[in-house]
Amino acid sequence: MKKKLLSALLSVAMVSALLVGCGDSAPAAEAPAADTAAEAETPADDTAAEAPAAEATEWTVSDDGKVLNIYCWNEEFKSRLTDHYPGYEEVDATHGKIGDVDVVWTIVPSDDNAYQNNLDETLLGQADAAADDKIDLFLVEADYALKYVDTPYTVPVTELGVTDADVAEQYQYTKDVVTDSNGQLKGVSWQGCPGVLIYNREAAKEVLGADDADTVQAAVKDWDTFQATAAQMADAGYKMTATANDSFRVFSNNVSTKWVENGAINIDANIKAWVDMSKEMVDAGQTGTADLWSDDWSAGFYPEGKVFCYFGPAWLINFCMAADDASSIAAKGGWGACKGPQGFFWGGTWICGANGTDNASLVADIMKQLTCNADIMTEIVKADDDFVNNQSAMDAMAADASYSSKVFGGINPLPMYVEGVKTIDLSKLTNYDQGCNEEFQKAMKDYFEGNATYEEALDVFYKGVTEKYPELTY
Amino acid sequence: MAKAKKSQVVKYNKWGYIFLIPFVLVYLIFQLIPLFTTIYNSFFENYRQGIVQVGPNFVGFQNFVTIFTNGDIPTYFSNTMIMWILGFVPQILISLLLGAWFSDTRLRLKCASFFKTVIYMPNLIMASAFAMLFFTLFSDIGPVNSLMIQMGLISQPYKFLSHTISARGLVAFMNCLMWFGNTTILLMAGMLGIDSALFEAAQVDGATSTQVFFKITLPLLRPILLYVLITSLIGGLQMFDVPQILTNGDGSPMRTSMTLIMYLNKHLYSKNFGLAGALSVFLFIITGILSLIVFKFTTQEEK
Repeated sequence: MKKKLLSALLSVAMVSALLVGCGDSAPAAEAPAADTAAEAETPADDTAAEAPAAEATEWTVSDDGKVLNIYCWNEEFKSRLTDHYPGYEEVDATHGKIGDVDVVWTIVPSDDNAYQNNLDETLLGQADAAADDKIDLFLVEADYALKYVDTPYTVPVTELGVTDADVAEQYQYTKDVVTDSNGQLKGVSWQGCPGVLIYNREAAKEVLGADDADTVQAAVKDWDTFQATAAQMADAGYKMTATANDSFRVFSNNVSTKWVENGAINIDANIKAWVDMSKEMVDAGQTGTADLWSDDWSAGFYPEGKVFCYFGPAWLINFCMAADDASSIAAKGGWGACKGPQGFFWGGTWICGANGTDNASLVADIMKQLTCNADIMTEIVKADDDFVNNQSAMDAMAADASYSSKVFGGINPLPMYVEGVKTIDLSKLTNYDQGCNEEFQKAMKDYFEGNATYEEALDVFYKGVTEKYPELTY
Repeated sequence: MAKAKKSQVVKYNKWGYIFLIPFVLVYLIFQLIPLFTTIYNSFFENYRQGIVQVGPNFVGFQNFVTIFTNGDIPTYFSNTMIMWILGFVPQILISLLLGAWFSDTRLRLKCASFFKTVIYMPNLIMASAFAMLFFTLFSDIGPVNSLMIQMGLISQPYKFLSHTISARGLVAFMNCLMWFGNTTILLMAGMLGIDSALFEAAQVDGATSTQVFFKITLPLLRPILLYVLITSLIGGLQMFDVPQILTNGDGSPMRTSMTLIMYLNKHLYSKNFGLAGALSVFLFIITGILSLIVFKFTTQEEK
């Protein structure tokens, strides 16, 4: 048996060795064939992907479920539901109750794509799952929303009972993200994520002489001024931003072309501008090269970190900047905010109803209460410093002098957000954004650190992206 | 009588087969079937585009051609080998020295079994936990950097994971640290198996301990050394957890510390079973050849 196995193994080895030998001449002949095959397939794939969406009149939603399954990647939505949804009772960390319906939370962190992997498998098995195991509601982020929205796995909100009138007050961009290629709205969000430049007041006072938003805004009004200020900050021992990746989203949100155009990876001029600016700043020691969310990045949340500014939306401030740690800058109200060089958004969470849900009206009610009910949304702003997806409520809050943010040392940052949210344009989103953004920042790190030329780093980027999305070319 | 005896033997044989069932079942389900499906899968284009499945479409040897011609296999194979050699050379030297000391009766080492336990300890830690520890120790603002800055050795933090030499060096160092105890135990067993009369004869003839080591111990240790070498090589080819965790799966900088299995893992994102299968088959062939060498060698010794 063993000898037979070994001989089989050896013959396989021999055959493959032969094929490797042929390798030199073969690829030249085969490569074009493969290309045409790929081209021939692409349209076929497209129609295959669209076909179910086009014929997707048969949404299966019903209302007799006893278990509401919610898939998400952190505690944020859960705490919103617990604190603000009328009638939600918490049972334990992963269970709750609304009326006589049990709520089951499946919380899988986003790290290493774990959340999406889990969601993919569950959605693919949705049709055959037992009624109590079917996903009813899941959350997505803007970076990959299209991956789910443009498939028959997500049900249009109108099918659930959320009408156009209900969502009229929501910001248009939040609807653009979750509108599929047939123009159907398939999700809603309770938050808007316009970003601002969050600056360290102490550093502003020391270097710029004042810490009010106008002075700082003048020092960061465009990217040239931003870089000049960075030089001043470096002289005073401050890093302008914790890492080069901080400013990435500001550039990538203001692109004029998509990451993927006609199946080929495309580098927008504004992305290249980010690379050039960041390279100069890293070389001059004005910023670092750590990854976002790393310890080196979050060191700047504390005074010893010596970082002048971060780019971020409301949730970064209230969820991530260590406001609950007494020694952090946030706890002392040491951050200020101004508009920054360009408008941008970061993140945002959308609620989607899964096709096959058996709690349609409950899902619809959660959507309505959290994303359409102005009273609850105002409550969220006050309690959680979130920026909610309701135009008139936000306009009213922005004008309200009595509202102020603790982390911002008592100012009302909402007018800035309200101004920023109008400039957000999400027409350049693709379902490849997440992979492209991640791989690009990783690859450019090597360029910034001098381990590679721009072209070499670009090659690594292409390699990384095509590993994730084998259908793309470059 | 004879007939009864024979059936008795058959009865005993039956028990042998019954006891084998669990192993065979587990082997079939978790090893042999996946092995063949992997080979089968390697001939198909089969991945997921977002949440939409592409394939499986039969593409012949296209996947193999792809991984060889785009330079991935040669690059990651050499990365893996470089890191393995960097770790293995010091590992075998230290193990030989320790093994010689522990097995030398003239030295009369005290607490030998205590030290044997201690040097084996690093192997008991999970590789990922070990890598996480090193990741924290050697990060840009980690304790190693702050120590060196305070001692005045460097003025700026040294980015260990942004330089090819230090990144590969760290991986090699960790592998060495984790496995030298295991190798020491193996070599020591080999050394203790050598007839002590040979050592005594050498002593009587006035050989120095260096001569004893190079002229007697090493030549007689060759089979064990070869075994250690090959098993370590196979382990080295499958190097994954340490560099994966240390570099966050990127094989940074510029993928110079990316190993074959890390590359394999990259294809999980798109569920690309075709390319991943081709890579696995390649690894299987290499490992198979190496195992064959061990097999040949050990059976020859028995003759």
